[in-house]
Amino acid sequence: MIPEIGQFALIVALCVGLVQALVPLAGSSLGIQRWVAVAVPAALAQLLFVGISYACLTFAFLSHDFSVLYVAKNSNTELPLIYRISGVWGSHEGSLLLWALVLALWSGAVAVFTPSVPRVMRARVLAVLGLVSCGFLLFIIATSNPFERLLPAAVEGTDLNPLLQDIGLALHPPMLYLGYVGFSVAFAFAIAALISGQVDSAWARWARPWTNIAWLFLTLGIALGSWWAYYELGWGGWWFWDPVENASFMPWLIGTALMHSLAITEKRGTFKAWTALLAIFAFALSLLGTFLVRSGVLTSVHAFASDPSRGVFILGFLVVVVGGSLALYAWRAPLLKSAASTRLLSRDGMLLLNNAFLTVVTAAILLGTLYPIAIDAMGGKISVGPPYFNLMFISITAPLGVLIGIGMLIRWKQDSLQRLTSRLRIPALAVLLVSLGLTLALPQWQWGAYLGIAMALWISVTAAMALYERFRHRALMSALRSTPAGFYGMLLGHLGIAVFIIGITLTSLYTSEKDLRMAPGDTYTVAGYEFTFHGVRDFNVANYVATRGGFSVRSVDGGYRTEMFPEKRVYRVQNNPMTEAAIDAGIARDLFIALGEPLDNQGAWAVRIYYKPFIRWIWLGAIIMSIGGLVAASDRRYRRLVRSRSPAREAAEQPS
Amino acid sequence: MRYAFLLLCLLGWLNPAAAAIEAYEFETPQMEQDYNQLVQELRCLVCQNQNLAGSDADLARDLRRETYEMLSEGKSRQEVVDFMVERYGDFVLYRPQFKTSTYLLWLGPFLLLLLALYFLVRRLRTATPAPEVDEDALARARRLLENNESNK
Amino acid sequence: MNRFVLPLAGFLLMVGLLGYGLSLDPKKVPSPLIDKQAPAFSLAMLEEPARQLSTADMVGQVWVLNVWASWCVSCRAEHQVISELASRRLVPVVGLNYKDDPADATRWLQQFGNPYATSVIDRDGRVGIDWGVYGVPETFVIGADGLIKYKHIGPVSQESLEQKIMPVLKELLG
Repeated sequence: MIPEIGQFALIVALCVGLVQALVPLAGSSLGIQRWVAVAVPAALAQLLFVGISYACLTFAFLSHDFSVLYVAKNSNTELPLIYRISGVWGSHEGSLLLWALVLALWSGAVAVFTPSVPRVMRARVLAVLGLVSCGFLLFIIATSNPFERLLPAAVEGTDLNPLLQDIGLALHPPMLYLGYVGFSVAFAFAIAALISGQVDSAWARWARPWTNIAWLFLTLGIALGSWWAYYELGWGGWWFWDPVENASFMPWLIGTALMHSLAITEKRGTFKAWTALLAIFAFALSLLGTFLVRSGVLTSVHAFASDPSRGVFILGFLVVVVGGSLALYAWRAPLLKSAASTRLLSRDGMLLLNNAFLTVVTAAILLGTLYPIAIDAMGGKISVGPPYFNLMFISITAPLGVLIGIGMLIRWKQDSLQRLTSRLRIPALAVLLVSLGLTLALPQWQWGAYLGIAMALWISVTAAMALYERFRHRALMSALRSTPAGFYGMLLGHLGIAVFIIGITLTSLYTSEKDLRMAPGDTYTVAGYEFTFHGVRDFNVANYVATRGGFSVRSVDGGYRTEMFPEKRVYRVQNNPMTEAAIDAGIARDLFIALGEPLDNQGAWAVRIYYKPFIRWIWLGAIIMSIGGLVAASDRRYRRLVRSRSPAREAAEQPS
Repeated sequence: MRYAFLLLCLLGWLNPAAAAIEAYEFETPQMEQDYNQLVQELRCLVCQNQNLAGSDADLARDLRRETYEMLSEGKSRQEVVDFMVERYGDFVLYRPQFKTSTYLLWLGPFLLLLLALYFLVRRLRTATPAPEVDEDALARARRLLENNESNK
Repeated sequence: MNRFVLPLAGFLLMVGLLGYGLSLDPKKVPSPLIDKQAPAFSLAMLEEPARQLSTADMVGQVWVLNVWASWCVSCRAEHQVISELASRRLVPVVGLNYKDDPADATRWLQQFGNPYATSVIDRDGRVGIDWGVYGVPETFVIGADGLIKYKHIGPVSQESLEQKIMPVLKELLG
């Protein structure tokens, strides 16, 4: 019964979505107030029905309803509660329903938390969001129904993929979705602005906090995925430039460019067309990601079971949504020309350069991801992997590290080369010298390390200088009161990048790895740590059997001791062996041990030992960036506008 | 159509966490480094996008063994790469070779960057310059203001 | 107006590529050995391990190499088609028993029938690697000059036999 309610709720949600999409749009163009007012209740109603549908699916999981095919394929009676909850989004159909739910949540939030946005604008924004959600709901109902019945019902379900039985991977999809589905809001604002022909930049101001919040979730989602891959997959890697990883990273890069572009457009009223285009691109890349993951057009460890017919549907959806938006852009963007001019030597110019670099690196990643398809279409076959992407990414974003520093200190509108060089000369020199010292302190000189450390230091120093400049000529309290949250958010965001750069530089260049045979009693030293193997023992746990190896670890100078227990598990239902690496985490380094195979009858095993310096800084950097995004979104300036509404203004905002 | 290698492939996929660890012994640290780099840059053909280093599939084990044996025989990294490409084609390399069909891939982004910077700088250069300050007018204005002040 | 259309144009180009990509199989790896010398091997025969068969022995005639194993499920599916091909007596069909136990392999042939002129044992898969084998089953057509003319990936269906393999054979046999 419950699954049928869930299915019915979906259909109702689709109908409501159609109303949400078409009625306010028509109303805003025809000037019918009552139709415009439909937008908010329609969005909330859609949230209600999609919510009901999602709740029904979750209920089916929690109550072990194996008469629902999706539940039978993704859970069983032994599955712990938390993985029954997260198993809902563990596979294609359920994750699409989560997509729809998150989109409905964002639409509902826009309906409720935008009192300062004129009615007509908001109606158009909600209408665009409604249009997108209709596409998804239609897709789910037509091709990917999670409520399909399995009759006769299975007595026991298959297991949820053991890889997904993990807290990191349980949180990763919801975070990602909150992120790149959230870019639909900026997208909707841009479309609404293009439709209305709104020449001013107010829409940029409204879109900013929404974009910041979406961006921070996406940052966290990607970081979670990377962290999970590191501790779960057993080969110490944390990013593989897999097509699906790229599918989440490209929206992040454009989303970052978008955040910066919104800042220029709001502050200076320039580059409205660019900002609108970036908003369209960010969401387009999110949709492209959905296509790549589910269509089977690219091979990926992340890909859901692929079905070319689903691919055709999503591609068609892409053409309608993105093609339609870009056509609208081609038609209306000329209206958005700005009167003000921009000089290269200014913060405006730096931000523009920033966007250029981010856009080009995104294009490079897109090129590398899709190139195999192009070659295949011409009869060849190639692979494009980490060597390509690493080279492109590092070489194109390296100049950005320097620009970030300049950008934080350079004046808006116009600055002089002389003033800049006199301010930056000494800090730059200091950074280069200190970095030199720090790099020499490392076990071995590497130019990459020098550059990475110098860049991170440069960003940190210029951030400190920007902060100092703000507080220098004022009393502390007055400075604190007059500094908007957006400023602190910006500092945190950039500091997060500096921390991230340290992490990837040092980990990539100074990791020590050793695969070797160890018999009980053997000792091996890696990077100043002695590892002694003590043999294995077997254990029985809830839904798996574990073989656990014991290691004692001692730092060579004797100051540090610990024990580590890597495991090999066999999950009972699916009978798959899995490695659980033992990780001794630290701020300055991770120690990492993975068990391979037993090598002979005397208890010797093949063992992998890693020393990974500063690897936690990668995810720490991401967390700091996300906090920055949150702080920026909390800026009072976005909420102050509520009080300035007046009746005259209301009257003036009649639909045009 | 389900091939038996799909079975191998599935095992490879569901098993990425059964990390492929062999206790090979290397004569020199350089050989070990070469080995590690090769198995990270060679693709596992039966997996869903994994390199030889991270895959537990049978074929991946065999190809790692081949790599190890060839390096032990004194073959160079390029010879190992050639060996693999001869048998499996360019698909087996994660670092695409630089040839006519990949010029666009390797050079495209840099060309795009140069183009973007060129158009950007050109567009910004032609923007109207800030009004030049007329020093005489500024001096007159100052005097006027001072006169006003002294007249108060 | 012109430059504002560029994003749309680029997008449509990309969509065209992706649409075409839906009809392709990203996991199929075509063989780089087509029109190249068949990699030489000399392996023990399954039926008589004391005797060996080498590629040199096969020069001068058109022949088919079928890679199979007793642990391979799809090999059972295509076995009928392979037997059908062998029964037409056009060309010898040689089996490459890949990474298999000879006892299991022999039992499998006894159970399902043996269409092969002979099967050779590739215990550790090295010959398979030389031939670019990455899955089982796979089927190769080799010309009288010793060049590989065609590679079929996956089980051979009746349709593939008639529409892909037979034309190649006919052309080679003249």
